[in-house]
Amino acid sequence: MKSRKLLLEHLDVPGIQGIETYVKQGGYTTLEKALKKMSPDEVVEEVKKSGLRGRGGAGFPTGLKWSFLAKPEGIPRYLVCNADESEPGTFKDRYLMEKIPHLLVEGMILSSYALGANTSYIYIRGEFMYVLEILQKAIQEAYAKGYLGKNIFGSGFDHDLVVTPGGGAYICGEETALLESLEGKRGNPRIKPPFPAVKGLWASPTVVNNVESIAAVVPIIRDGGDAYASIGIGKSTGTKLISACGNLARPGVYEIELGLSVEEFIYGDDYCRGIANGKKLKACVPGGSSVPILPHFLVTKTAAGENRLMTYESLADGGFQSGSMLGSGGFIVFDEDQCIVRNTWNFTRFYAHESCGQCSPCREGTGWMEKVLHRLETGKGQMHDIDLLADINKKIEGNTICPLGDAAAWPVAAAIRHFREEFEWHVTHPEEAQKRNYGLIQQPVVA
Amino acid sequence: MSHSTKPMLSAEPVEFSGELLAKMEEAKNLFPNGKEKSALLKMLHLAQAEFGWVSVPTMDKIADLLSIQPVEVYEVATFYTMFHLEPVGKYVFEVCRTGPCMLVGSDQLIEHIGKKLNIGMGETTSDGLFTLKTAECLGGCGYGPLLQCRHRFHEHLTPEKVDELIEQYKRGEIEPGAL
Amino acid sequence: MVKVTIDGIEVSVEPGTTILNAARQIGGDAVPPAMCYYSKLPGTGGKCRTCLVEVAAGSAADPRPMPKLVASCSTPVQDGMVVNNKTSERVHNNRGGVVEFLLANHPLDCPICDQAGECHLQDLGYEHGSAKTRYEEERRTFDPIDIGNKIKLHMNRCILCYRCVFVANQLTDQRVHGVMHRGEHAEISTYIEKAVENDFSGNMIDVCPVGALTDRTFRFKSRVWFLKPMEAERSCTKCCGKAVVWMFGNEIYRITARKDKYGEVEEIDQKTAWLCNDCRFEKKDAADWNILGPRVINRQSVISQGKYATTIDKPVKRIG
Repeated sequence: MKSRKLLLEHLDVPGIQGIETYVKQGGYTTLEKALKKMSPDEVVEEVKKSGLRGRGGAGFPTGLKWSFLAKPEGIPRYLVCNADESEPGTFKDRYLMEKIPHLLVEGMILSSYALGANTSYIYIRGEFMYVLEILQKAIQEAYAKGYLGKNIFGSGFDHDLVVTPGGGAYICGEETALLESLEGKRGNPRIKPPFPAVKGLWASPTVVNNVESIAAVVPIIRDGGDAYASIGIGKSTGTKLISACGNLARPGVYEIELGLSVEEFIYGDDYCRGIANGKKLKACVPGGSSVPILPHFLVTKTAAGENRLMTYESLADGGFQSGSMLGSGGFIVFDEDQCIVRNTWNFTRFYAHESCGQCSPCREGTGWMEKVLHRLETGKGQMHDIDLLADINKKIEGNTICPLGDAAAWPVAAAIRHFREEFEWHVTHPEEAQKRNYGLIQQPVVA
Repeated sequence: MSHSTKPMLSAEPVEFSGELLAKMEEAKNLFPNGKEKSALLKMLHLAQAEFGWVSVPTMDKIADLLSIQPVEVYEVATFYTMFHLEPVGKYVFEVCRTGPCMLVGSDQLIEHIGKKLNIGMGETTSDGLFTLKTAECLGGCGYGPLLQCRHRFHEHLTPEKVDELIEQYKRGEIEPGAL
Repeated sequence: MVKVTIDGIEVSVEPGTTILNAARQIGGDAVPPAMCYYSKLPGTGGKCRTCLVEVAAGSAADPRPMPKLVASCSTPVQDGMVVNNKTSERVHNNRGGVVEFLLANHPLDCPICDQAGECHLQDLGYEHGSAKTRYEEERRTFDPIDIGNKIKLHMNRCILCYRCVFVANQLTDQRVHGVMHRGEHAEISTYIEKAVENDFSGNMIDVCPVGALTDRTFRFKSRVWFLKPMEAERSCTKCCGKAVVWMFGNEIYRITARKDKYGEVEEIDQKTAWLCNDCRFEKKDAADWNILGPRVINRQSVISQGKYATTIDKPVKRIG
């Protein structure tokens, strides 16, 4: 089954990066329609109807988030696009911005109109400087055509769009850290309340949305919220970009209709075409490095034996006991030769490296876990270290200023939950563990 | 392990060219009056593109341009990983080592580059051409292993491809990109 | 006014009051410990996580419990909110976890630390810490440095409460120190070697909850509990001139601001009684001060050591 394409529909059209081609494919007509025929509230209403959920990872309904925006008189409001894509396994926003930059630009203007924001910012991670240049060119083109600036399409709506780089910090993907960084400060997440919808950028009401969420507003307004909502299953509506990586035969970015089966996504001809080099699937992290890892027997089927689907609900089926999350759509696949202990250590090193250091559980806890995991991985661990890890984990989870603490804790908890015997094997066979990988674990006896 | 955080104080005073100053002014003008500090990260990037690294005198000068305290620049520059606070080689290879890249061989690639260039992590070749660093997730997980050199991504790397890449840089065939 | 119940005790507070400040109005065991929050420094709080409490009911209108523990110093109360602090096992466990994190890389050098005896981390460790450490890794270390000729920075002991940064922002005209780097490498620093020179910089020592910032004019001179804290005042053009002078015999060993039971600089005549550096560092002669009388000390404090016992202050008759 081929998925319908709403975001990447014109991906293969030569020259789609440029405004002329983009316009020829119907670009900016949705913006024109909205500005001429719809009120801002009507745009918000369609987005609410669409059921669009934040594509950055948290999955919060976008329309609802928009409706929280405070609108006091005489104070500017801002839309900020979170293009700080840094979650390991996730590279979809970069792809979208690089290939079809005008979709994001059009989405920014359209969404800003809905929110009543006359200035918006795209905060892009500093490493994507070449993408920033692509966006800058697109913005210049849009100004030249009159899609940005004063009185757009004669509607009386003025809008300025600015793209600005980060400096290398995963934490700036957290929306309040992003706002701090956008203000030229360290990327320390803010203490909430107040929330950005009330006090955001420069203490003004602000909405922060992911690149893909903002881009999705264009097809939603073009086709109507109901049409978008008709794609997908239940509360997982529309299409989603999935960035697939790891040991896959064909890694890459795929736009899927939510509801596609995980099995088809991994093995189907239109998607990843199975595990690379004819190997077996060992495990999968379906939604970016911070979501729980699933052992092979829980990837395509839930614990209840049902087909696992690419939806927010199905991937979470079984809770943290036997499920995971759709997250950002960073789909990481491990083959039979991969070491779960090494991978868990690697991820934890990442979070320790990216912790801002503001709050004590994250600053001290992530570093501590990293050191313990490193000992386990290098054959210097002891049995009690495994329980210690599980306990440090619990003391971090839920106790930090921002979700980075949880993001660091969940992968460790899940790895121990599902692969405990592999951790124990590292302790009992320290020398062998340096020479070979553990291989596949057996399906546990389900009580 | 003692955490040495002493900056390079031997750095020469810096002179910002007219062109660089104009770019910095442009960066400031992207933000509303009184909010120019928002341009700080962009200005640090601009300075690094010009001088290769960010020295204390460079940061002091930026503080001056933004009318903020120098410490406000130091605390920002030390927070973000992209800014080199010590001199580096002409080409800095930042090799991604996070999970998805590790699954496809980044550990071996890093080892290979180190051997090839005969330098350790964070070190610079004696000719001053290459510095080797590791990076955490560069957002190209499906195209790994990969490395970034200034604004350029080099993806789907193998030891052979890296060897060729090094030669190309040596011959000056690759423009590392500028801001 | 809104009503909030903390550990079963109801209190009425102004709307917008945080849970911590509502608890302080109740007092006693209902008050969560605070290592980073400082009521006189707007913007502080939320970082150390020692003040985490359980919200059993969000408000009268929406009585659902909050799923996570919340930082009581930065969460405003709602009418009808029910909070558990001392009475919650979950709070006790997680607070113990936070203390363990704060101590993980701490050098535990209390025997040679000037803050010993008046250290909030010591108190916290005593209340919530474990007798054994589970941290087997190498502790991170920094070299102690002088930031100016009056203040010593022992980064090893720092818990990154950021209070001293707020002092520099709010009490001085030019901040030259801040937090450099990030994660577990984050540190308080001037980055380049630079003296913190300002008339009010000494207040950084008073707000530091641990021994990270200490008074170089008092370093290794005496244990605080061997000294007699006396309320004193002098006329000063820069500050209020109301201080506590710490004496041994007739000699002044050190001078601090007057602090309340939460360790915060007191308000005198509706103003926070910050001290200027002149009063703090330069006026060590008893003749500089009008000494008003002994400072009341909490009997539980180690500083009360020997102070409440029946002792003879002056020899009745000199022998020999």
